[in-house]
Amino acid sequence: MNLLAADPNEQLAQISNYLIYSAMAVYVLAFFAYIAEWTFGSRSKVGRTAAALTKQPTAEEAVPAPGSGVSVQVKKEGGGTAVLEKPAPPKIVTRSSAGRRGDLPDGPGAAAGDEQGDMYGRIAVSLTVLAFLLHFAGVLTRSLSVQRAPWGNMYEFSTAFSMVAVGAYLGFLLAKKSIRWIGLPLVTTVLLDLGLAVTVLYTDSDQLVPALHSYWLWIHVSLAIICGALLYLGFVGSALYLFRDAYESHLLAGRKPGKLRTSIMERLPSAASLDKFAYRINATVFPFWTFTIVAGAIWAGDAWGRYWGWDPKEVWSFITWVAYACYLHARATAGWKGRKAAYLALLAFACFLFNYYGVNIFFNGKHSYAGV
Amino acid sequence: MSTTEADADRATEAAGEREATAQLSTAPGEDKLNVPSLGPLGWARWFWRQLTSMRVALILLFLLSLGAIPGSVIPQTPVDALKVERFREEHTTLAPIYDKLQLFDVYTSVWFSAIYILLFISLIGCIVPRTWQFVGQLRSRPPRAPRRLERMPVYTTWRTEADPEQVLGAARSLLKRRRFRTHQDGDGGSRTDAVASEKGYLREVGNLLFHIALIVLLLAFASGQLFKSEGRKLIVQGDGFSNVLTQYDDFQSGSLFTADMLDPFAFRLKKFHATYEESGPNKGTPRDYRADVAYSEGASGKEKNATIRVNHPLEIGSSKVYLIANGYAPQVTVKDGKGNIAYRGPVPFLQQDNNQTSSGVVKVTDYVNAKGRKDQLGFQGFFVPDFQPGSGTMFSQSPSLKNPAMFLTAYHGNLGVDGGPAQNVYQLNTENMTKFKDKDGDPFAKKLTPGDTMTLPNGAGSLHFDGVKQWANFQVSHQVGNDWALGGALAAIGGLAGSLFIQRRRVWVRAYAADDGRTVVEMAGLGRSESARLPDELASLATEMQDAAPVATAAPAQTSDPADTADPAEAPEGAGQ
Repeated sequence: MNLLAADPNEQLAQISNYLIYSAMAVYVLAFFAYIAEWTFGSRSKVGRTAAALTKQPTAEEAVPAPGSGVSVQVKKEGGGTAVLEKPAPPKIVTRSSAGRRGDLPDGPGAAAGDEQGDMYGRIAVSLTVLAFLLHFAGVLTRSLSVQRAPWGNMYEFSTAFSMVAVGAYLGFLLAKKSIRWIGLPLVTTVLLDLGLAVTVLYTDSDQLVPALHSYWLWIHVSLAIICGALLYLGFVGSALYLFRDAYESHLLAGRKPGKLRTSIMERLPSAASLDKFAYRINATVFPFWTFTIVAGAIWAGDAWGRYWGWDPKEVWSFITWVAYACYLHARATAGWKGRKAAYLALLAFACFLFNYYGVNIFFNGKHSYAGV
Repeated sequence: MSTTEADADRATEAAGEREATAQLSTAPGEDKLNVPSLGPLGWARWFWRQLTSMRVALILLFLLSLGAIPGSVIPQTPVDALKVERFREEHTTLAPIYDKLQLFDVYTSVWFSAIYILLFISLIGCIVPRTWQFVGQLRSRPPRAPRRLERMPVYTTWRTEADPEQVLGAARSLLKRRRFRTHQDGDGGSRTDAVASEKGYLREVGNLLFHIALIVLLLAFASGQLFKSEGRKLIVQGDGFSNVLTQYDDFQSGSLFTADMLDPFAFRLKKFHATYEESGPNKGTPRDYRADVAYSEGASGKEKNATIRVNHPLEIGSSKVYLIANGYAPQVTVKDGKGNIAYRGPVPFLQQDNNQTSSGVVKVTDYVNAKGRKDQLGFQGFFVPDFQPGSGTMFSQSPSLKNPAMFLTAYHGNLGVDGGPAQNVYQLNTENMTKFKDKDGDPFAKKLTPGDTMTLPNGAGSLHFDGVKQWANFQVSHQVGNDWALGGALAAIGGLAGSLFIQRRRVWVRAYAADDGRTVVEMAGLGRSESARLPDELASLATEMQDAAPVATAAPAQTSDPADTADPAEAPEGAGQ
């Protein structure tokens, strides 16, 4: 790490700006492709949930009778020969503890099995990959232009933040998780975030104030960015869960939702899946968020003479932490799991966002390097 | 089967399943709101149950985060006392109300303390019984296999030629190899004989560790607050400081701090370096601050050299010395009306803007005027390190010492330092002072560059601008319990990871002789939460089990009739690929 001020490389910084603008342009194209996926993919496979739900009342067949669940074929680890000798891999029968709705099938995704829709979806993903590469290159050149971690001010934090969010999304896709449904909301907000970054938050590429000369900048801030980006995905999951859950309750009550609502909701994963998705992300990120705060405290101990001093940023990261702790506890508590817990998750992420934008802009604390 | 038999059967089944699922988690159960019947003991018990219930813990957690909010909005005395003062002056109606509600000291207020103390009592009330329960679980065997394994969330079965005793033995050694805790009931002679096993106890260990670590963290923080001390000292280049109470410019300490807790040491500021951005849009932004100091430990320790930078405090004993601010101290020599030196030395000026435009005062207490009468002098003004005459402003153009200049206005009279309340050394109380006037009757003021002399009218003396020195402001912190806090925090993270990433699960293997002479093997798994990994794990276990208990050739078991279960309608069909 180059501690002493190196003059920023203006040319690289300029290239970085062009790259970010190009990434935004490609994100816009991806956005339209996702819209096309949702629009053209609407024809088939509607009403699966309703069908699954209407079967429910006849208890005997509805709740997956023991054994009528999924059977999982498992590859044997460690060498193909072993598998060949086996007569057949064991059949595993799983049986979920069926809730009030049984096991609703996940929606087919935005394309809804429609070929044209699926093509647009693939185009959208390809464009997202391209935009991500541009975005990544933009962040990288920005970093190279000043030879330091590319998250020294709010502009850099925002660009890195959305980059990690898109990266995580593409990572999930690469791991063959069915997560394409998050593509449209994600790209929309990434565009918003980048737009805000290049207009309001933009700061010229430059060296850092002495307080930021620390290797903790790499650890504390990068973790904050990664945690935030992943928590954002969890947030989208929780938000969609609330919509989908309301839709399922609507169906369960025997009412008929509107056409548009049906069309959109049918393509989303089931409420249970969305809830699980959000929980897994939030639960996984929580220890890392804890470590982010601890790392910040250690840094504060070196920089300001105390590891915890109730600076607004510290207060709000604590509030965020407690809010997520609330969510995790609520999800394990009868009477709180489900919708209430999901509201807590939304609230917790709102605290995170406020900690980022609100505290930097409204409060005058020790974390004011925002450059706004 | 008669109805009563069937009912009894179902009842035992249900009991078996309950036992199998029992205490997979030791989370507190959610009791319904039971209003106690009578007596203070009943009420106490009811209160205790409520406090330690998850619901109340949740509410307390929520209140804790709500309660923390005002502290980020309203200025806090421990964080910025000056800001609180300003707020009091600006909001004369609101401030007394805030005072009553302790909103200027949220984090030490009665109500905030009440929330977190209740929360921690609730926490202790929760983890103590959980720990006992967990210890009990560790000392007892894994729960017996439920009678009907196919009702478990994950299940598999096949038929084999191996005999039940062999199968169970193989299962037991396999599960042991996979680090399950196992227990075998019977050796395969009866239909209920099975191997019971459980794994993932570290989940609960992590959970308990996390909550205990939080308590450690809180205690460490609390002791740190009680015993801490924190003082500031401004030191001009060349000057020194020794760590005793009287030497501090300002000092704060926790309520259990005593002066003898200060580490004995001394240090001297040899040189201060500041680097600033010289060009570009962020011109003047600081890039690096460095203070070269010489320090000695104890009463007569050897002097050692060290450098203090932002983020790199100097550690002496259990104290840390931080560099927190810096600035310029013009050096002046003041002569009195008789031509004798009345004052000589550097005078620290305090930074007013990012370019180090600084303000300050020179107070001369020991002074006689031209007539030989005792008087006092005061100079008030600005120092700018980079004065550009062409810029049209008196403000500094950059924080570097390029073209230093000082603008002073001279006063004489009573400085007010000899009695009355302590006053700010950086401000001039002009209440009892009069400005010197020049020939035209205008206030006497002058711009000085190093080497210049300001001669006061009517032979009242002079001020000579000798040069400029730098000063640095240091904070000396003595903190207690930092290691405990760090240890607690890291243990909390470790515990958290364990409690969130480790799955606790139970696996049962049953083997019994079927009517056709073959052995039916049944395996079932149960996790606390529906885990995607449990089916995979069971499959892998089953695959390995089939080494010891190969699937019987030409067995119809695999697909159509997997087990000789009592009720064919409920038999697994392996459908729904």
